[in-house]
Amino acid sequence: MLFRSKQKAVAEAMAANLSMAAVEGRSPWADARERFLRNKAAVVSLILLSLVVLACVFGPMLLPHSYEDTDWDAMAMAPTWHNLHLFGTDDLGRDLLVRTLIGGRISLMVGLMATIASVTIGIVWGATAGFLGGKVDTVMMRIVDMMYAVPYLLIAILMVTLLGREFYLVVLTITVFSWMDMARVVRGQTLSVKSKEFVEAARAIGVSTGSIIFRHVVPNLLGIVVIYTTVTVPGVILTESVLSFLGLGVQEPMTSWGVLIEDGTGVMETTPWMLLFPAAMLSLTLYCANYIGDGMRDALDPKDR
Amino acid sequence: MSDKKLILSVRDVKVHFKVKGGNDWPWTPKKTLKAVDGVSFDLYEGETLGVVGESGCGKSTLARSILNLIPATAGEIVWMGKDLRQGSEKDWLAVRRDIQMIFQDPLASLNPRMTIAQIIGEPLRVHRPELSSEEVMKRVRAMMVKVGLREQMINRYPHEFSGGQCQRIGIARALILEPKLIICDEPVSALDVSIQAQIINLLKELQREMGLALIFIAHDLAVVKHISDRILVMYLGREMELAEKHALYDKPSHPYTRALLSAIPIPDPKLERNKVIQILQGDLPSPINPPSGCVFRTRCPLAEAQCAGERPELRRLSADTQSSCLLA
Repeated sequence: MLFRSKQKAVAEAMAANLSMAAVEGRSPWADARERFLRNKAAVVSLILLSLVVLACVFGPMLLPHSYEDTDWDAMAMAPTWHNLHLFGTDDLGRDLLVRTLIGGRISLMVGLMATIASVTIGIVWGATAGFLGGKVDTVMMRIVDMMYAVPYLLIAILMVTLLGREFYLVVLTITVFSWMDMARVVRGQTLSVKSKEFVEAARAIGVSTGSIIFRHVVPNLLGIVVIYTTVTVPGVILTESVLSFLGLGVQEPMTSWGVLIEDGTGVMETTPWMLLFPAAMLSLTLYCANYIGDGMRDALDPKDR
Repeated sequence: MSDKKLILSVRDVKVHFKVKGGNDWPWTPKKTLKAVDGVSFDLYEGETLGVVGESGCGKSTLARSILNLIPATAGEIVWMGKDLRQGSEKDWLAVRRDIQMIFQDPLASLNPRMTIAQIIGEPLRVHRPELSSEEVMKRVRAMMVKVGLREQMINRYPHEFSGGQCQRIGIARALILEPKLIICDEPVSALDVSIQAQIINLLKELQREMGLALIFIAHDLAVVKHISDRILVMYLGREMELAEKHALYDKPSHPYTRALLSAIPIPDPKLERNKVIQILQGDLPSPINPPSGCVFRTRCPLAEAQCAGERPELRRLSADTQSSCLLA
C-alpha cells in the first residue's frame, strides 16, 4: 500500500513536470512576421530600401563633394572616375551623386514627416468618428468628402505663390491632402471592431471604456494602420516629386528627387544621366515601398488576399 | 421552488428602439421597434431558465438588457432586492461581478490579440485589482483545468483553438469571478452537435458544482429541454408561456408552444415519418407594428375574435404553468 502510494506520487510528479512547460503561443504579430519574411519580393525590397536610406543619410558625409559647389574641371560631365563623379555632374558642375543623395534625404524626409502627420490625423479623426457615431460621425465624414473634392494642386500653387518655396510648406500641403484615406479606413475598422462580440464581452465584464479602447479596440486597428502607412509613404514621396517637378518644392540649391528629375528632363538629350540617375533612385524607392506595403498587407491581413 | 432564494426578478421589462427608414425625411416621426415588450419572470438560486423562441423574438435583447448592454426602456430588473435600472455605474460594476455572460460566436467573443491567460484573467484584473499577478495566473490555471483546457495552452491565442475550445475559454472567463448567474446567449448554436453535448454537460456539471443560476437562450428545443428547469417561450417580444420543463413538454398550454414542439425532430425514422408538423401560416409580423391583442393571433390556428381585443398577460393555469393564451 505504502509502496503503491509512493509510486503514485512519483508518477504524479512526473506528470506535473511534463505539464509544467507551457506551450508558448504564437501571437498574431509573430505569425505576421513569419508570413512577411516568407514573401521574397518584400524582403528584397526591404533590404534595398534600407540601402537607399543608409546611402542618403551617410553617403554625402563620405563623399568628397558638396551638393552646392561647382567643380570647374568637370562641367556637365558624364559618369566618370575622374574626381569620383560616379553619377557625373550637372551643367553647373555639381556632383550628381551627392545631389541625388541629398535630394533623397529631402524626399524621404518629406515622405516620412508627411506620412506620420497624415497617419496621426487620420487615426484620430477616423477613430473619433467611428467611436462616437451618430451625428458627429456624419459631420466628420462629410468634411472628409469635402476635402476629397478640393483640387490639391491649385491649393498648393496658391500656397507657394503666397508664402514662398519652403520645405515645411511642402510637408503641410501634402499632409492636408493625404490624411483622408487613413481616416476612412480607420473609421470603417473602428466600426467593425466596435460591434465585435469581444467588445460586448468586455463591457459585460465591466471593463472601463478607456481600457476597452486601449486593450480591445486599438490593438485590432493596428494591423490596418500599418498596412495603410506603408501604402501612404510612396504616395507621399510621389506627390512631393510632382510638386517639385512643377516648381513648387524646395528652393535651389537645396534639391529633391522631383527637382532633379525636372532639371534632368530639360537637358535629357545632351546629358541624359541627369535624368536617369534621380529617376532610377525614385523608381527604386517607390517600387520597394510598394512591395513592402504589399508584403505587409498579405502578412497582416491574410484573409484579404 | 419556494424554498429557494429568489435572486433575479424581471418585471415588465421593455426594450424599444427608435428606428428610421433609410428613405425617410429628417422630419418624419421615428417609428418604435418593440424588441422586448413587457417580459416578467423570476429566477431562483441554482436554477436554469431556458428561453426559446424563433429568430428576432427578442431573446438576446432581453439577455442584454439584464446586463445593461442594451438599456431597458421601461420596467424593473431587481437583482438581490435592488433595482438595477436605478443603479449608478458603480452599482453596475458590483453587479457585473455576480452576473456574467457567454456568447454565441465563441471565436468572435475572444479578443484575437490577447492570450488565453489575459482573456480569462481580465475579469479578475477588473474586479479584483488587489490580486498579485501570480495569484491571477494560479486562478486562471485552475479555471482552465476546471473547464477542460490543458494548462499548457495558457500562452496561446484564440485563433489557435477550435470552436468548442473557444467556448470553454468563454466559460472559464465567465466563471473565474465565481458569479451567481450566467446568461448564456445561444452558447452552442455555432458548434457541432457532438461538441454541443460536451459544452452543455460541462455547463450542467459546473452549475451543480458552483450552485450557479443560468439563463439559457436557445432556439433548439431539444437542447433547452436537456438543461433547463423552467422554460420561457417568447414570440415577438412577448411571453407566450412560462412553465416547468416537464409540464411544458408534456402538455403545452399555448398554441405557439405546441407548434414549436411539433417541429422537434424525433431520432426514430418510423416515428419521424408519421409525425405531424404543425406549420404556422404566414410570416413573423413586424415588431414595429405588432398585431393588437395577442401578438400571435395572426398565425394562431385557434384565433378567435376576442384575441384581437385586450393584450393578454401571463396567467397562472396550474402550479407549474403560466400562459398568455386566452383560450387555454
